[in-house]
Amino acid sequence: MSMLDIILDIGFFAAAIRLAVPLLLGTLSELVAERSGVLNLGIEGMMLAGALAGFATAHVTGSLWLGVLAALLLGALIGLLMALLVVILRLDQTVTGLGVTMAATGLVFFSYRLGFGESAVPPAITPFSTIPLPLLSDIPFVGPVLFNQYALTYIVYLLVPALAFFLFRTPAGLALRTVGENPKAAAGVGIDPIKMRILALMAAGALAGLAGAYLNLAAFGSFTFGIISGRGWICLALVVLGRWKPFACAGAALLFGAVDAFQLRLQTSGSVDLPYQLFLALPYVATLIVVIVNTRFAAAPAALMEPYDPEKR
Amino acid sequence: MADDTPLLALTGITKRFGEVVANRDVDFTLRPGEVVGLLGENGAGKTTLMNIAFGLYRPDAGTIAVAGKAASIGSTADAIALGIGMVHQHTHVVARHSVLENLMAGLAGRHGLIDRAAALARLAEIAAAYGLGLDPDQLVGDLAVGEKQRLDIIRALFRKARILILDEPTSVLTPQETEGLFSAIRALKADGVGVVYISHKLNEVRAITDRVVVMRRGAVVADAVNDGTLTNAGLAVLMCGHEPERITRTPHQTGAARLELAGLRLGKATQPIDLKVHGGEIVGIAGVSGNGQVRFAETIAGVQMAADGTILIDGKPTSAGSPRRMQQAGLAYIPEDRLGAGLVGALPVSDNMVLSRFGASPFAHFGWLDRKAMAAFAERQIASYDIRPPDAKLPIGLLSGGNQQKAIVARELALKPKVLIIAQPTRGLDVTAIAFVHRELMRLRAEGCAILLISDDLDEIFQLSDRIAVMYESAIVCAMQVEQATVAGIGLAMNGGAIEVPA
Ligand SMILES: Nc1ncnc2c1ncn2[C@@H]1O[C@H](COP(=O)(O)OP(=O)(O)OP(=O)(O)O)[C@@H](O)[C@H]1O
Ligand SMILES: [Mg+2]
Repeated sequence: MSMLDIILDIGFFAAAIRLAVPLLLGTLSELVAERSGVLNLGIEGMMLAGALAGFATAHVTGSLWLGVLAALLLGALIGLLMALLVVILRLDQTVTGLGVTMAATGLVFFSYRLGFGESAVPPAITPFSTIPLPLLSDIPFVGPVLFNQYALTYIVYLLVPALAFFLFRTPAGLALRTVGENPKAAAGVGIDPIKMRILALMAAGALAGLAGAYLNLAAFGSFTFGIISGRGWICLALVVLGRWKPFACAGAALLFGAVDAFQLRLQTSGSVDLPYQLFLALPYVATLIVVIVNTRFAAAPAALMEPYDPEKR
Repeated sequence: MADDTPLLALTGITKRFGEVVANRDVDFTLRPGEVVGLLGENGAGKTTLMNIAFGLYRPDAGTIAVAGKAASIGSTADAIALGIGMVHQHTHVVARHSVLENLMAGLAGRHGLIDRAAALARLAEIAAAYGLGLDPDQLVGDLAVGEKQRLDIIRALFRKARILILDEPTSVLTPQETEGLFSAIRALKADGVGVVYISHKLNEVRAITDRVVVMRRGAVVADAVNDGTLTNAGLAVLMCGHEPERITRTPHQTGAARLELAGLRLGKATQPIDLKVHGGEIVGIAGVSGNGQVRFAETIAGVQMAADGTILIDGKPTSAGSPRRMQQAGLAYIPEDRLGAGLVGALPVSDNMVLSRFGASPFAHFGWLDRKAMAAFAERQIASYDIRPPDAKLPIGLLSGGNQQKAIVARELALKPKVLIIAQPTRGLDVTAIAFVHRELMRLRAEGCAILLISDDLDEIFQLSDRIAVMYESAIVCAMQVEQATVAGIGLAMNGGAIEVPA
């Protein structure tokens, strides 16, 4: 199979989308947090916690959708905790975020061992199966690529325009953006920056939890400790690449997903004889390059990482 | 118009910041349809008191009543719900949002959506009623400071507040804009709105207020009806306990050209500027703000690149576009946006005092900072400029607006520059501080420094300048000795009119 054959294959595009969706969820999560002025380095931990919550709930109850709910709730809870530390107590966002990730990772490993023990065959669930959308999936090429996906993926399709609409068309979205740019200005017009940031971090947590849960509820069907493997960190780069805008973030996630799908196929095609680690590195290298080229035009929310203290001037 | 239940009544307000008592047992009332001037020296506690009424600060003691009912104002949202609006001393705007977005932030919208049409209509209404308008789609970061201040005022008017607090609203407005604001205030007054007007511009205060309340060191020291008998000198005495001196210029012989602009072009499409400033000479640049003054100052100071032309200091061409090299050539620059471009809010006063030269002796030796020398220098400057509170270790952002101004002026003037570019030197300063800065400028002039004074305040220009040049559309349209200039003539030239200069 030549490189061109790989790219021209419908399966390649479908795979690109499958790989992009969890990243997109994580990127939207980070976008919401950063638009409020908080850098959420807890995202990696929130995703891992969401993955376990989703998996364990689905395993115990047999309901994948309850798993989704559990992931959302646990993510929001960790978001609330993070908000307590960085918004109320105004602790350093970098250190706190890393701390949240480390604490969540440790707790997840511990709870998994506690709940599932150490078995030779890891417990598994039957993940979501794809649902072809009537009519739409019959469109040649586009149909099988875009409209033969998991239900969660369809939700994500809707989430992107919904978030853009929220940010740029609703009073709450404008309030969120104002807080991220200049919390003092926000306070001056009667917006409560503290409340906004707490809510934003809870929403970001929920989305990150869902991103993690997608990985085993839709893609893998089992839980492993390496399930997130740095996807949260990738989202931090993708939100820069996507210039803090939902549609551009979707583009960024798709780009990463496509390069990832490409390298996976290139590896298995055996047409290029190189160590597999090089292939694995490809999406990261691609992201890095695009970020370097792109950041010149990108501007982070002006108050990113700036704690808000109402009595300080 | 005045009725008996006050719209706003603050009783026994006390507020401490660490050791500083910003407000000490303050009583303040505002009645419907009344404009109350709130006066006081820099750091007297005016802003603090009004921030408490607006819910930004919580008082340590005291109560607030709005329209006769006890009010607990815990947040700005509470204050806004009670009909209180405030224009802040330092504009609080979002640079990367459009004018309209800034105006709509915090509004409820309609059917869950932001209501662009209604906001546009209200903006047009305000423009029509008070002559205060702005382009709704312009990015706020691109606005001149005066326009940002106008935005703040429009935003306060937007919500139809019953109590309007204006904290130095005209500090960067043109006379025309100030007149627009005054007609807005008169119209609001007729509707029964109460207005608190904080300003250091005593003429304005006397013109627009019904009553003045004077604060000194956190406490109210006078509360007087403005019945036409108040004088600037009288108010100044109430504020600072003594009459401030008015610095006057005595004509003297000027030296050789120290700053020379030859064919300097600010933009590709603007006219070239040729101007000489001699040693011992103050050249005042008059002009309506927004006519390229900021760009002019920044270009000479090396912050921005000139489109064309050369800048010479003491006859030597300087390499443009590097603030450090201009500084080494002997140029000092005090920008108009002091908070943004001149100070680092989180650093202590002592560090800010040496910001432009901490790399060299006497503040550093062999690459090590000499903290002792820095502290001693700061203490000296604090004492001679009467910066309050006198604490060199305080982050400079915590000082009152006027005291921050004094700090930066103190820093730049200590450089003993050959050439000084100073923009809006006394904006936001109280009478004592103004006299102080003016005296410093006169001292530099006597020492042979060439001074370029950019100011919106024509009085100040006429008071200090040896020569007056008018800036219009990013070019100098005329220049003349102060003796030949008239306020009317300069005013005409500022608005693009031709001016007759006696040869
Ligand atoms: N947030 C704060 N933290 C610490 N100190 C403060 C704070 N706000 C005000 N202060 C101090 O309180 C005192 C009063 O300040 P305030 O800003 O009310 O003065 P002001 O009368 O408005 O002066 P100006 O005319 O210079 O604006 C000053 O000494 C100031 O340093
Ligand atoms: Mg003030």
